[in-house]
Amino acid sequence: MRSIDAGYLVLAAILFSIGAFGLLVRRNPLVMLMCVELMLNAVNLTFVAFGMMLGDLAGQVTVLFVLVVAAAEVVVGLGIVVAMARRRPGATADDIRVLRG
Amino acid sequence: METTAVEYVVFALCAVIVLAGAFGVIWFRNPVQAALSLVATLFGVAVLFLNMNAQFLAAVQVIVYTGAIVVLILFVIMLLGVDVEEDLEEEPLVGQRVIALVIAAGVAGLVVAGVTLGGADLVSGARSVTGSIVDDVSNIEQIGRLLFTEYVFALEITAVLLTIAVIAAVVMSRRPSEVEPLPAENASMEPPEPMEPEAEEVFD
Amino acid sequence: MVELLWLVPALPLAGFVILVLAGRRMGEPAAGWIATLMVTASFVVSCVAFVGLVGLEDHVFVQTLFTWIPAGDFLVDIGLYLDPLSGVMILFITGISALIHLYSIGYMHGDANFSKFFIYLNLFVFSMLVLVLGDNLLLTFLGWEGVGACSYFLISFWFTKPANASAGKKAFVTNRIGDWGFLVGIFMVFFTFGSLNYSDFLPEAGGLAQTTATFIAVMLFIGAIGKSAQLPLSVWLPDAMAGPTPVSALIHAATMVTAGVYLLSRINPIIAVSADWVPMLIAWTGAITALLAATVAVAQNDIKKVLAYSTVEMLGFMFMGVGIGAYWTAIFLMVVHAFFKALLFLCAGSVIHGMHENQDMRVMGGLRVLMPVTFLAYLAGWFSLAGIPPFSGFFGKDEVLTYAFQENKALWVVGVIAAFLTAVYIGRQAFMVFFGEERWPQYIARLGTATPAMVEATAAADEAAIAAEEAADEGGFDEVDDVEFHPVPEGFRPHESPWLMTLPLVVLAVLSVVGGLLNLPFPKSMHYLEKWLEPVFEGSAVKLELSSGTIVGLLVFSTVVALIGTAFAAAVWLRGRIDARRFQPALFVNAWYYDSALSRFVAGPGTDAFESTASFDRTVIDGAVNGVGGVATRAGQALRQTQSGYVRRYALGIGIGSLLILAFMFTRVVG
Repeated sequence: MRSIDAGYLVLAAILFSIGAFGLLVRRNPLVMLMCVELMLNAVNLTFVAFGMMLGDLAGQVTVLFVLVVAAAEVVVGLGIVVAMARRRPGATADDIRVLRG
Repeated sequence: METTAVEYVVFALCAVIVLAGAFGVIWFRNPVQAALSLVATLFGVAVLFLNMNAQFLAAVQVIVYTGAIVVLILFVIMLLGVDVEEDLEEEPLVGQRVIALVIAAGVAGLVVAGVTLGGADLVSGARSVTGSIVDDVSNIEQIGRLLFTEYVFALEITAVLLTIAVIAAVVMSRRPSEVEPLPAENASMEPPEPMEPEAEEVFD
Repeated sequence: MVELLWLVPALPLAGFVILVLAGRRMGEPAAGWIATLMVTASFVVSCVAFVGLVGLEDHVFVQTLFTWIPAGDFLVDIGLYLDPLSGVMILFITGISALIHLYSIGYMHGDANFSKFFIYLNLFVFSMLVLVLGDNLLLTFLGWEGVGACSYFLISFWFTKPANASAGKKAFVTNRIGDWGFLVGIFMVFFTFGSLNYSDFLPEAGGLAQTTATFIAVMLFIGAIGKSAQLPLSVWLPDAMAGPTPVSALIHAATMVTAGVYLLSRINPIIAVSADWVPMLIAWTGAITALLAATVAVAQNDIKKVLAYSTVEMLGFMFMGVGIGAYWTAIFLMVVHAFFKALLFLCAGSVIHGMHENQDMRVMGGLRVLMPVTFLAYLAGWFSLAGIPPFSGFFGKDEVLTYAFQENKALWVVGVIAAFLTAVYIGRQAFMVFFGEERWPQYIARLGTATPAMVEATAAADEAAIAAEEAADEGGFDEVDDVEFHPVPEGFRPHESPWLMTLPLVVLAVLSVVGGLLNLPFPKSMHYLEKWLEPVFEGSAVKLELSSGTIVGLLVFSTVVALIGTAFAAAVWLRGRIDARRFQPALFVNAWYYDSALSRFVAGPGTDAFESTASFDRTVIDGAVNGVGGVATRAGQALRQTQSGYVRRYALGIGIGSLLILAFMFTRVVG
């Protein structure tokens, strides 16, 4: 394994950790969504890196699918944010614990 | 495959950009600033893709992520006017930040330690027979062939997934005729404005 | 024809259902007639099925109605098992039940709960038929518990009097002890054979280990002594006389109490392979119970108590028959006993009815003139019980004694003494009730005049009881203290009962006279019942090997004993040649103090033992159960904290989980 390959993996791990930390700490649902994107990108990075190490294209194809899922997730997530904000402007993720029914 | 000096330089630069952008996402209180930081990160990742000979993915990354997703997020921020600055001084959930920090540090530390300790044995998977990377064929052609042969079912299923997502988004963001406002926990919160009656109802 | 068998229990059940739904609306005579009709129809069907059974080659008919409990290997059917034994049982059960139902219409006349009485009575008949017809032990147990419950309901039928209610409870609790044995026996049978069906496990009993067979036999024997009121569980039957007299006749003399004998006869192959002391235990339990009950019966003054102890004694004879291996004699005695004891009870009921609900024999006397039909019927029952030929009781009892003479002389001696006492106490009863001077006018005079107004008031009974006690204190009737005397209107004269009550008496009297024809000792070709029951008891019954001369000698001897007993009773209680009190020591009057000793034991160490058991239950058992519940509650309260509703908290949980998984993976990579 080349040292640069290890570099990709380490970078991806740090990026993932930052995303996870942000998801756990931030309250704004939009920012939380962005943090999810960060984590997804970290994973994408490892996929491509591993694919390169193994000389396999499957890693890149998987990333393509992750992209699609991420797009779908953002669409639905934003839909939820819009619906939430319409009922209560300025609501944070902590506020939706009163959701019921 | 030999590693060129250019590769190292590009990696180092991009790594700095990516991490700085990521920090920006979780650091800025204003969501607009966070979204712009995200663009930096995504762009950095796109360049890293290029560095790893994944040209098609780099292009898609720029178009889909920075061009579509972030723009969508920014659009929602502007539409809803939720670009209020978040108060990050206080944390209502006891211990949330400490534990989050432990988790983040633990994940990063464990992976870094694993990569360092694992060394050459870390990547020991078998190489794919059908989808191995061939140097003299363009990246986009290879991915295209693979997508429409080996992964054709997965591709079709993503189409279904996207359709479902579109329908879900429409259903959720539709303006309902009667909206029950969430009970206000905080007294300072403004009650939602009363819904305007639909035009048809007025004429009825 | 035999396929109609299912109707035999179904008809009383239908009667029960009809009366439960509409009994109260039907009112007094109709409800009784419906019940009687159903049981009579059941009797007719029984006859038809019996005829059909005789026509079958192997005399066994199994009718499986449906599966009751399908639980893996444990499969119990609702099925009916008709063989010579249960055939005989259903005939006399339905027959006598029908007669007693008829009698009850007259006896229960004017009772506020008239229809309820027939509900219980029909349910009882149904349960009893399930008991004898069930093709497996569990179904028999169902009937067993059913008759037990009905017995409880009917003993405490007039539950407003505390004594009746507690008598019902006593019967119920005592029977529970026996039921415990029965249940353990059932468990053991299933454990051993893997089936509870008679047709499955009885033929295989021969290959049973002796200890297993002994255990099963003893456990089922415990069940039998509870139901059939043998020592040491005999205490409930005399108290059960608190119920209406038809109940005493039907349940506590003719049918239910014989269930124990039926059960032991049914499992005869198991008894045959069990240890030698088991049959001896059964026989001696019966013999000693018979002897003690007979001595007590001599000293009782309540007309029904005498008959109750007499029933205990006769059941003892039946157990003796089972114990010595002469099963068919026990069944024979059971059938004829059902005839004459039901008859005696119904006569007693008629007398009580005529005497305005008074049961004390010391205030009766000379009733043969006033109640001629009852007297004539009673005569048949009396001679039957006393064992005077050619009445049926003579043959029934004497077959048991003949076999006892062959098998065990000591048993025979005890049996003969008991038989002698039987003749004495039943003679005493007959002379006290139907002969001699009329003692009741005298008694009423002593009691003071009871005005008609007083009679109608319910409180009057209490006043009269107090008055009776005062009279006793004055030294007038110093013996009258244990039986309350109901106030009677002025100008009271005992009267004959209505035809509804005397008709069953006449039928039963005829049966008591001719019942012996079922199985006359001579000639051999007249052993109808023995031959009929032979396949049931094949291999476990003993054969009579005495010479004809010995048998005749024994018969003559028994006759002489019975006649001497009767003559003795006449000398003491009719002529007054000897002071009667010498034959009624306090020991006999108080039933050997068995009852009071028992209650003293239960009140003292017994209560303490149960208290400690209860405290064990409270602290250990309840503690464990509540502890488990408490742990669940506390764990739930602790876990509730995790369900805060904060999305980020949930995300934190996911994060911790992934960190743990990652740590595990890390150990794999490094290790």
